[in-house]
Amino acid sequence: MYTYNWHSMKRIILFSLTSFLSIHALAQTDSSLFNRIPADTSDLKLNMEAAYNRPFLQTGKLPVAIGGYVEANSSYFGTDGVSEGPSFQIPRMTIFLSSSIKKGIKFLSEVELEEGGKEIAIEFASMDIEFHPLFNLRGGVVMNPIGAFNQNHDGPKWEFISRPISATTIIPSTWSNVGFGIFGRYGHNNWVWAYEAYLTNGFDGKIISNEENRTWLPASKDNPERFQESFNGVPLTTIKSAFRNREIGEIGLSWMGGIYNKFEKDGVKIDTKRRVDVFAIDLNTTIPGSNTYCNGEWVWAIIDVPKTYSQQFGGKQRGGFLDIVQPVVQQEMFGWEKSTINLAFRLEYSDYNVGTFKETGGNISDDIYAIVPGISFRPSQQTVIRANYRYLWEHDLLGNPPALTAGFQFGFSTYF
Amino acid sequence: MKNGLLIVVIIGFTIPLLISCEKFFPPAPADDEVLDGFVEGLSSEQQAQFLAGDVAFNSVFTAETGLGPSFVATSCGSCHPGDGKGHPFTTLIRFGQGDTTGNSYLDNGGPQLQNRAIPAHSPEQLPPGVPFAKFTPPANTGLGFLAALTDAQILANADPNDVNGDGISGIPNYLTPPSYFQPQSYQQNFGGKYIGRFGKKAAAITLLHQTVNAYVQDIGVTSEFAMSEPSIYNGTNPTPDNVPDPEVDGATVQNVVFYLRTLKAPIQRSPDNADAIAGKQLFLNANCGKCHIPQWTTPQSDIAALSNKTFYPYTDLLLHDMGSELDDGYTEGSAKTSEWRTPPLWGIGLAKNSQGGQYFLLHDGRAITIHDAIMVHGGEAANSKNQYKQLSETDKQRLIKFLETR
Repeated sequence: MYTYNWHSMKRIILFSLTSFLSIHALAQTDSSLFNRIPADTSDLKLNMEAAYNRPFLQTGKLPVAIGGYVEANSSYFGTDGVSEGPSFQIPRMTIFLSSSIKKGIKFLSEVELEEGGKEIAIEFASMDIEFHPLFNLRGGVVMNPIGAFNQNHDGPKWEFISRPISATTIIPSTWSNVGFGIFGRYGHNNWVWAYEAYLTNGFDGKIISNEENRTWLPASKDNPERFQESFNGVPLTTIKSAFRNREIGEIGLSWMGGIYNKFEKDGVKIDTKRRVDVFAIDLNTTIPGSNTYCNGEWVWAIIDVPKTYSQQFGGKQRGGFLDIVQPVVQQEMFGWEKSTINLAFRLEYSDYNVGTFKETGGNISDDIYAIVPGISFRPSQQTVIRANYRYLWEHDLLGNPPALTAGFQFGFSTYF
Repeated sequence: MKNGLLIVVIIGFTIPLLISCEKFFPPAPADDEVLDGFVEGLSSEQQAQFLAGDVAFNSVFTAETGLGPSFVATSCGSCHPGDGKGHPFTTLIRFGQGDTTGNSYLDNGGPQLQNRAIPAHSPEQLPPGVPFAKFTPPANTGLGFLAALTDAQILANADPNDVNGDGISGIPNYLTPPSYFQPQSYQQNFGGKYIGRFGKKAAAITLLHQTVNAYVQDIGVTSEFAMSEPSIYNGTNPTPDNVPDPEVDGATVQNVVFYLRTLKAPIQRSPDNADAIAGKQLFLNANCGKCHIPQWTTPQSDIAALSNKTFYPYTDLLLHDMGSELDDGYTEGSAKTSEWRTPPLWGIGLAKNSQGGQYFLLHDGRAITIHDAIMVHGGEAANSKNQYKQLSETDKQRLIKFLETR
């Protein structure tokens, strides 16, 4: 995410919105000017292609399309009997812009306004040059293809208001960086295979020096310089490969690795090179008959933490989530055709410090478990109204009795 | 009709849920099951300062905000989770003093080993052959009550020459105060020295003294009270870092001191338990209460909530010879190497909840049960230990049950 100066970004966004609304107003008077380009919902689209396959609005023959989504919700949580009371949030509003520059050359971008505009970030802004289905170039601000959620994180796609813990705190979704890479896909009958490989800027020393008091990969997102220059001159490599079968489902394997610390200053060696490597596997399938949708992701992170540093900062992390979504009603409701009511359940776990204490041999905890039952109503596939109950068990480093947090969330998310 | 039914179902579920949603929240743990929380009777202003101190106590330092370069822990709360006893993970090592003449390593790494370091720096190494002892972090609740006592109250239990012939002496640790120390009316001057009352060897005179030392020696954080980073054995003194000193301001240090002064005292659990009641009598019969004095009353304090309050810490704040098994060969101030300050026993039953599910008792966490801790008592406590040994197994369990309700 690239945090911009608010005033300059505000001008860009106001211009974009004004242009969009003007076009929209015209479209209201002449519907032929305004076309909705739906996302490709064929079964052969992969998680890793989600960011490049969103619903857009296009006006006439204008080569630019615009889209976006918004999320808003209320939440009421309490921890160990203490609650701050109910609160209301607009965690993000995102605007997509796409443009076909020439045949085989296109530009895609996603600008996100987080927490009511407190932070503005470019989630990605990339140019694709298509040579062959199996070999294409992409450059700019790209989303590192690690796990599934990082590239498939749009709020309207999920029945859960909070993002998965492991996907946002071990994998620091949304994790995007400046860089270049290649991608491609091959499809045959019911099968499709795709890959992406990028070299980008990467992490920095804050992942083991932060106020979370644990190894915390999202700490690198606070570095405003990372879209200007690499922290240490060593690119972060991210590679993902995924298979999908129309009948069976999808599996994705991904790896992201590089040096995170500054090991040289003005040509003088100041530290050894320390690596961070993140491995992820993601799976999703729909059970025939019941139409139950299962979606999961598991991640391992290995971080070279100096042995003389504190064990407070773990060298290994792991976590994941499993979502089960069961449609229970599918019919016209309130005049909306093919409306759906889903029951949903999420199990999640993150362990930020896998290992044992040098002093005692006892287990290091520092973990979170959570369950999230929920219900959602979808008047269309692009809009979801959802309610969740969330219960979390959070252990400290020593494994003392957990802090218990629970609460309700209610909100909506929709593409527009 | 279908839509109407749907609306009725949604409303039927939603309204009761909204009304009763707090029932789905985790309950607050009982007051007697946790150590944090402030003493009763604080004003709103004092509660605000308590909260500011709580935040500072749990603030995490990084290399960018002053951590290290060499250190033991990244925050106060890392050593005292939930304000309780610490874990061997943050057990620290003090070194450099083998007798009452003082610490010869104060300018060369002492008195504390900083066994960890931020990246690209080296932690301190223990000098070869030097006397040392390991200190497991104690609980920090109820300290304000102990701080409020007068020196005269502490001295009333001292019996350095064992005049009463009970085999128990009890002597204060007399310390040269730091430059920022300002004596209070309840403190006495003994030829430029003052009575210590905090720490394993009672080597800290006040909570400010304790807090300033902890910031600099444990976290490597300088304050206006101690502007130099801890010295490193055979290292550069003081170790340079890139954060301007002081790394924490005086107001923050004072807020932490206020927080420590106003943390509540542990609350006794199961006071009506028959075994615990019987165990208390066994404890007193074995003369354990001669050092672990059950009851004290504070005099007038500048914090009204601490004034004239009776409390039950089970300590006399004095040093006692604990025998050869607990003599690590290291000491502080005027204490001998075998002498340790009587640790308060309040809250001991909750130690497992802050030590990761098991006990790490005594000054260095070597005892993993209360029974083990009693069995290594020696010196002035040998008679009490022997009386405990002679108890039936049932009575031993009663005595332990009593301690676990503290």
